[in-house]
Amino acid sequence: METVESTTHGAIISGAFSPPSLGVWRHRHVLDLDDFSKDEVGLVFEIADAMSEVLSREVKQVPTLRGKTIVTMFYEASTRTRASFELAAKSLSAGTISLDAAKSSVSKGESLVDNLRTIQALGADVIVMRHPQSGAPYLATQYLDTAVINAGDGWHAHPSQALLDIYTVRRHLDDLSKLRIAIIGDIMHSRVARSNIWGMNIMGATVVLCGPPTLMPRGLNEFIERCQLSSVVVEPKLESALEGADVIMLLRLQLERQQSGLLPSIREYIQRYQLTERRLSLAKPYALVMHPGPVNEGIEVSPEIAHGAQSVIEEQVSNGVAIRMALLYLVAGGKSR
Amino acid sequence: MAKNLLISGGRIIDPGQGWDKVGDLLISDGEIAWFGDKGKVPSQSDLVIVEADGLVVCPGFIDLHCHLREPGFEDKETIGSGTRAAARGGFTTVCCMPNTSPPLDTRASVDYVRKASEMDGVVRVLPIGCITKGRRGKELAEMNDLAEAGVIGFSDDGEPVSSSRVMSLAMEYSRDLGLPIIDHCEDKELSNGGLMNEGWVSARLGLKGIPAAVEETVVARDLALAELTGARVHICHVSTAGSVELLRRARDKGVPVTAEVTPHHLTLTEERVMWPQHGEDKRLAYDTNAKVNPPLRSGEDVAALIRGLNEGVIDAIATDHAPHTMADKMCEFGLAAFGISGFETTFGCLMSLVHEDKLSLNTLVARLTAGSAGIVGNKYGELGTLKAGCRADVTLFDPGGEWVVSSQGFISKGKNTPFEGCQFKGKVVATIVAGQVVHQDESVKVRKKR
Repeated sequence: METVESTTHGAIISGAFSPPSLGVWRHRHVLDLDDFSKDEVGLVFEIADAMSEVLSREVKQVPTLRGKTIVTMFYEASTRTRASFELAAKSLSAGTISLDAAKSSVSKGESLVDNLRTIQALGADVIVMRHPQSGAPYLATQYLDTAVINAGDGWHAHPSQALLDIYTVRRHLDDLSKLRIAIIGDIMHSRVARSNIWGMNIMGATVVLCGPPTLMPRGLNEFIERCQLSSVVVEPKLESALEGADVIMLLRLQLERQQSGLLPSIREYIQRYQLTERRLSLAKPYALVMHPGPVNEGIEVSPEIAHGAQSVIEEQVSNGVAIRMALLYLVAGGKSR
Repeated sequence: MAKNLLISGGRIIDPGQGWDKVGDLLISDGEIAWFGDKGKVPSQSDLVIVEADGLVVCPGFIDLHCHLREPGFEDKETIGSGTRAAARGGFTTVCCMPNTSPPLDTRASVDYVRKASEMDGVVRVLPIGCITKGRRGKELAEMNDLAEAGVIGFSDDGEPVSSSRVMSLAMEYSRDLGLPIIDHCEDKELSNGGLMNEGWVSARLGLKGIPAAVEETVVARDLALAELTGARVHICHVSTAGSVELLRRARDKGVPVTAEVTPHHLTLTEERVMWPQHGEDKRLAYDTNAKVNPPLRSGEDVAALIRGLNEGVIDAIATDHAPHTMADKMCEFGLAAFGISGFETTFGCLMSLVHEDKLSLNTLVARLTAGSAGIVGNKYGELGTLKAGCRADVTLFDPGGEWVVSSQGFISKGKNTPFEGCQFKGKVVATIVAGQVVHQDESVKVRKKR
């Protein structure tokens, strides 16, 4: 197992930090937002506000999780999510171990469960896990006592991303329940979309899903109906989906989708689904443009818009650290109280 | 072993003969010898009496579709463990699929299974041969040779023949051998690595779906080919309402087709993948024990399958017993093996349909006995009946016997069951193969009379 060791230097504390009470929190793991209450989302945001304040200090570190060990296990390549979690852990003074699991035990034939049990035996307090197979973190929680945070599983869920997305929206626009949020692109393969559907539904926002017909999962409407996601609608026409939107969330188009025949060409995707100035003008004048990254500039969105005044794409990344600090705090802090 | 075995006072159900009455059944020298009113048996010496009051006595169950894994995958199951598990489930004859290693595509490999079954098997094992060499779908296996070696039909189960031309040639060839093509219907290009039924649950869980059309397009094709060639086609593990409809129409037209359905497709839906079987925990399960091919479908499909079974559009219930090791299942959903270890839960789970008044007891017994026997044919003598002179394959069950499924107690090496912890009402209590008791529950009372 290849590990990258990092020690916490005795935390330098500048200024007081008193985290809020955790009254409504009832999660041991963070796997998806489908079982979150509105109050819990609110609590995550309240703590993220406090963490943002820490991150704005000159010394961006508090000793809150000193002595705790957080292990990031990434069975799939990732740059920003992993960096974000590790930075969050360090800012809370936790020890971090980072396993590039895609290269290590798995290729030696060790099963996921054995691999995770080993990490647990080493004394991890929280396992942050990214995995290409939907449901992998659920398997982990069946066999582990350690808290698990899902950092993305297959096409299924990416709860910290959805929380940071909603948090970012909330920082700009007040009443989430009055908002119309268009999610555009490859819905079928998107864990970001799936988690946002749950999260935004909890907050009462109207969610409009739109993408090429070959990239929409069959059964989507019945899923919405059966799970009583009353504020979620599917809109095949891009222009109708954008009409009056307060937020436009673009999804990354994996270029291999075209190679596997799901799209006639990238060119046609650009023509039909790229967010251009003309299309952006259909939304509210102040509409936020978001993207979970990494952006294929010139495919999902024109470069001018990606870097334009309405884009909050970079802010999503910064908010991600505060949200992940909040989640680590809630999950790892819980035990010691 | 006593020469004579008297099963006394049970409710004897033999759908093949239309019997359903209480009485005594006498077995002598491994054959059914006599049937009549209780206590009226002609006097016998050296008699063992099985007290069957309150029990149902019926022909031994016949399973058209199972995986005994031998040769090649003995860590999953062997002919010994598989047939003992089958006996516990009430089966006296099982037809094993040829997806072994090597596959049953030559006389030698069929001979091996028959020999190993004679040595290690406690129930009768009838092998199914491959349609194509190596199950590759390109060239026909030596089907005539396989027929002479004793196979009861042909199947590339799990690796369905994708070429319509090759399938039509296989049907031409098998027609004159008088054996069925046992057809796993799946368009693998369309299923494209799918993991579960395509629908709202797959949309929610972010798992690649297997649409109903994956099965139905091939059912439709092969019914057309059966009509073209006049060959007997037996459709395996029907799982969708659309397939039932296609079968109904084909039967009405007189196409020589039969069909089977599994216990799990009759009793579980796609939601079983998402939620645990029991308990308050509403954390998503991604239960690999509910991963099976064809996948568990929707509630409407289940209702259509039950209707098809009642109407006789589906002739038989087959287990598709597919044992796997713990490592094959204790992993990510997408990487787990497809299949359910079914021998030991089949009868219990099917009895739930009887208790819910969805299926009559007589129909259930018929689909496990006479229905399957009609598809196997008479190559191995008359099966699935209690007629005098026939081999005494008999199953006794307690329709009210309650028990709880515990996979650790399975005889099968495969502990992969989606029914773990289920409380079933209906229990096989004794299984008799050629007059020999091969499974006996502790509740069964046996006494000797000299």
